[in-house]
Amino acid sequence: MLDRIGAKSLEELWEAIPSEFRVAGSLPLDPPMAEYELTRRFAQLAEQNADASHYACFLGAGIYDHFIPAAVRSILSRSEFATAYTPYQPEVSQGTLQAIFEFQSMICELTGMEVANASMYDGATASAEAAHLATGANGRRVVLVSKGLHPHYRRVLETYGAAGSYETREVAIDQGATSIESLRRLLSPDVAAFLWAQPTFEGVVEDGKALTEAAHAAGAYSIAAADPVALALLRPPGEDGADVVVGEGQPLGVPMGYGGPVVGFFAIRKGDVRRLPGRLAGVTVDLDGTRGYVLTLQTREQHIRRERATSNICTNQALMALANTVHLALLGAQGMREVAVQCLEKAHYLARRASEIPGVSLANGGAPYFREFALRLPGPAAEFLRAAEARRILAGVPLARFDGGRPRDLLVAVTEKRTREELDRYVETLADWARSRFGARVAEAACRS
Amino acid sequence: MPELTLKEISVEGHRGPRLAPLDVPAEGETRLLPADRLRRGAPGLPEVSEPAVVRHFVNLSILNHHIDRAIYPLGSCTMKYNPKLNDEVASMPGLAAIHPLQPEELAQGALAVVAELKHWLGTIAGLPAVTLQPAAGAQCELTAVLMTRAYHRERGNPREEVIVPDSAHGTNPSTVNQVGYRVVTVPSGSDGCVDIDALRRVVSEKTAALMLTNPNTLGIFERRVGEIARIVHEAGGLLYLDGANLNALIGLASPGSMGFDFTHINLHKTFSTPHGGGGPGGGALCVREELAPYLPTPVLERTGDRYHWTDDRPRSIGRVHSFYGNFGMMVRALCYVKTLGASGLEEVSREAILNANYLKARLQDAYQPSYPGYCMHEFVLSASRQKARGVRALDVAKRLLDFGVHAPTAYFPLIVDEALMIEPTETETKASLDRFADALLAIDRESQEDPERVRNAPTRTPVRRLDEARAARKLTLTWRDLEDEVGRA
Repeated sequence: MLDRIGAKSLEELWEAIPSEFRVAGSLPLDPPMAEYELTRRFAQLAEQNADASHYACFLGAGIYDHFIPAAVRSILSRSEFATAYTPYQPEVSQGTLQAIFEFQSMICELTGMEVANASMYDGATASAEAAHLATGANGRRVVLVSKGLHPHYRRVLETYGAAGSYETREVAIDQGATSIESLRRLLSPDVAAFLWAQPTFEGVVEDGKALTEAAHAAGAYSIAAADPVALALLRPPGEDGADVVVGEGQPLGVPMGYGGPVVGFFAIRKGDVRRLPGRLAGVTVDLDGTRGYVLTLQTREQHIRRERATSNICTNQALMALANTVHLALLGAQGMREVAVQCLEKAHYLARRASEIPGVSLANGGAPYFREFALRLPGPAAEFLRAAEARRILAGVPLARFDGGRPRDLLVAVTEKRTREELDRYVETLADWARSRFGARVAEAACRS
Repeated sequence: MPELTLKEISVEGHRGPRLAPLDVPAEGETRLLPADRLRRGAPGLPEVSEPAVVRHFVNLSILNHHIDRAIYPLGSCTMKYNPKLNDEVASMPGLAAIHPLQPEELAQGALAVVAELKHWLGTIAGLPAVTLQPAAGAQCELTAVLMTRAYHRERGNPREEVIVPDSAHGTNPSTVNQVGYRVVTVPSGSDGCVDIDALRRVVSEKTAALMLTNPNTLGIFERRVGEIARIVHEAGGLLYLDGANLNALIGLASPGSMGFDFTHINLHKTFSTPHGGGGPGGGALCVREELAPYLPTPVLERTGDRYHWTDDRPRSIGRVHSFYGNFGMMVRALCYVKTLGASGLEEVSREAILNANYLKARLQDAYQPSYPGYCMHEFVLSASRQKARGVRALDVAKRLLDFGVHAPTAYFPLIVDEALMIEPTETETKASLDRFADALLAIDRESQEDPERVRNAPTRTPVRRLDEARAARKLTLTWRDLEDEVGRA
C-alpha cells in the first residue's frame, strides 16, 4: 500500500504533526485482553451491582423496571439497525426512515399531538428544548416550571436556560400536584411557557386541562412532560390543549441501563413545525412513484442552517426510539392499556396495604396517583431501605436525596412486573422494620404527629 | 412493493406477548382515578401479532445499508466496525438491568466502569478531567461552551464571541448561538488550514473561545496549532477541540499537548459504539484540571476503595442529562479500549491514516483532491471534473449505492466545490478499499461515456431517487397524515 501511496515509510504520512505534539513512547495504559478475559472481567463488575433480575425493584423517579418483550431485543440487535448511520442516503436507509416515521406516528397517538420528531437525548433535554421552542415562538423570556417536574429535569432546564434563552421560576406544589394558585400568581406577560409533568415526580395525576387553561389565559405555552405508559390510560396532554408534549421513552422497551441510553420524545402542533428541534422523517415518492421516506425540513437543522438552526442536536437516540416503536407495536393498543392498568392496580394495592401499618402513611394524602407514590415512614427511610435490601428488595428512592427536609419519605414505584408475592413481601418487610425499630407505641405516636 | 406501515397491517384483536393476569384484587380505574383524568378509549396504536411485528421490522431492516455489510465511508463520521463482544457485555443483567438511583454501595461495578473509562480517555486526550454525562458530541460542545461562559464570568466578563473556522461542523456555530455567543467565522487559507493572519484580526478581548477541528474537516493536520493556541490564550480565550476526528490522533499526538483546554470525544465514532441509525451516541468531555470545577454534576469521586457521586461542586454549570449519560455506551467503549490495549490503540490511527492515503492515491487521478499532499484519516475530493461532464457529486454518491457500498459525505465541507469527503477507517481491508476505489473509478468512466446512467442512479436500491422537495412541501409526518392524503386522492 505504501508503494501505491508513494511513501517510503508509514511515519512519512503523519509528518505534518510537529514533533512537539507527538506522543512520546507508548500510551501508559494496560495491555490488550482476550475476549474471554474481558467477559470474565465485566461479569465481575456486573456482580457488584444489584440488578432487577436478583432484586424486586420498586425504584422509579423517571426510570422504571417494565416488561420488555424478547422480540424487542432481537430486532434491536440486528446489524441493519444497530450499525447504520443517520439516514443521509435515503435510498439505502428506508428501514430506519420508515421506523422513525412509525415512531413519530405512535408518539402522536399516545400524546394526542400532531407532529413528533425522531427523538431527543432524554426526557430532561427534551423539556429544555421545549422551553427553548416556546421562547422562540412568543419572544418571552420566563419559563415557569412546576416543582412536580422531576428535580433532575428542573436542573437541566436551569443549565440550558443559563445559556441565555430563558430564565426559570418554580411553581409550588401542594400534595404532590401543581398549586394552581401559585401558578396564577407567577403568570405574567413575560412568561413564555409553563412546564408541568403528567404524572408528577411523586406520581400524582395532574389536572392538565386546568393547568393548560391557566397558562393559555396568560398567553403562555403549556408544555407537558408526560410518562408514555401513563398515557395509555390517562387523558393525553394533547386533549388538555398542551402546545408541546415531551417525555422519557425508557419505559417503552428500553432497559434501565443505569439511566442511559434512554430516549426523549418531542411532540408539537403543526403550526410550530418549523421550530421543531432534531430530525424529522416524512413520506414522499421516488422517481417511479413508489412510496418512500426521507428526512425532511432539514433547513431547521445545524448541518444546513448552522448558527440559525433550531437546536444544535445532531446524533440523537435513534436505536432507543426503535425500541419504543417495536415495543409499542408488540403490545399494541390493548397491551399498553393493560400494562397501565396493572401498574395502577398494583401500586394502589401496595400503597393501601403499606399504609395500614401503624406509623406509615401516604405523604400526599388522597391525591390521585398512577404507578408511583410517596410513602411516609415512622423513621428514616434510609434505614428501612437497608432492611429491605437484606431481603432482596430495592424498596424505593429516598426523597431526602432531593429535599433534605423529607428524611422519612420514600418514593415507591410499582410496575406490572411486580408480583403479589413481592408486594406482600414488601409490606411484611416494612411492618417488621417498623415494629422492631419503633414498637407499636412509637409507631402510633409517629402516626399522630 | 414498499413495506406497509404497522397501521396498515393492523388487525383488530391481534397482539404480541401477553402479561400475566392481574394477581391483586382489581379495584377498577374509574374508582382509583377521577373520571375526567382518564383517556376515552385505548390509544390509536396498531394491533399486530408478534410474528407479524418481527417480519415487519426484519423486512424494514433489509432495506438498510450498514457497516456489517460493506464499507460506510462517511467523512467525519468514523464508521468503523463495532465489535460484537461489546454489545454482549453491555447486555449482562448486572450492567443493563440496574437503576440509576439504586444505592451506590449496590452499584460499585457500574461506577468502576465509569471511572476506568474516564481514566483511559483522559490519558488518550492528555486532558485529565473528564465527564461522560453528555449524550453526544453536540452536547459536549454545549457543555464546553457553557463552561467557557462560567469561566469568563468568574473573571468578571463572560465575553461575547466564539470563533469558528469556515470548515467547521454545523454543530459548532449552532452550539455557539444556542449558548448566546456571537459566531465569528475565520476563513481557511490556500493550504486548507486556518488563515493565521485572519485569525489575528478577529481575536480580541471579546473572544471567549475558538472551536477547532484537528485534523480539520479536509483531513489536514493544522500544523500551526501551537501558534493558534498562543494567539487565543494570549487574548484570554479558551481553545476547544471538536474531537470528531480523534481517530487520526490516538497514540500519535494528544490534544492536551497541542494546547487545547478541552476536547470532546464521540464514543460512537472513535470508540466503536454502534451508531444505531442516528444514536445513541456517547460524549466524553476531557478538560484541563483548571476547568474541572465547571464540569457538570454529579461528579464521580473515590473515597478509599468506594466510588460515589457528588453534587458538591459550587462552580459547576449544573446537570445536562437526566442521570449520568449513556452508560451502556460507556460499557461498550471500555470493552473496546481494553480489547485493544495500549498497543492496539496505537495501531488504530496509524492504520486509519494508511487506509485513507491509499484510497486517496488510487482516486486522485480521476477526482480532483481538494488539497495536495498526504492526508490524515480522511480526505476530500471534488467532483468538479465530473461536474463539467454534467455529473455532480450527488450523482456520484447515488451511483455508488448501486455498487453495494455507501456514499461518502457529500457537499461538506462547504468550502470545497462538489465535495466528497471520504473516511474509510482502520477496520476496512485492502480488498474492501479496492472495491470502493474500483466503483468510484468506474463511475468516473461512466461520467465520460454514459453520464445519463450516473444521473439516473440509483437503480438497484430498494427505492430510486426520492423527491425531497415534495416531502418538505407536503408534510406527511404520521399515519394520520398518510391516511388523510390517501383519503383525498
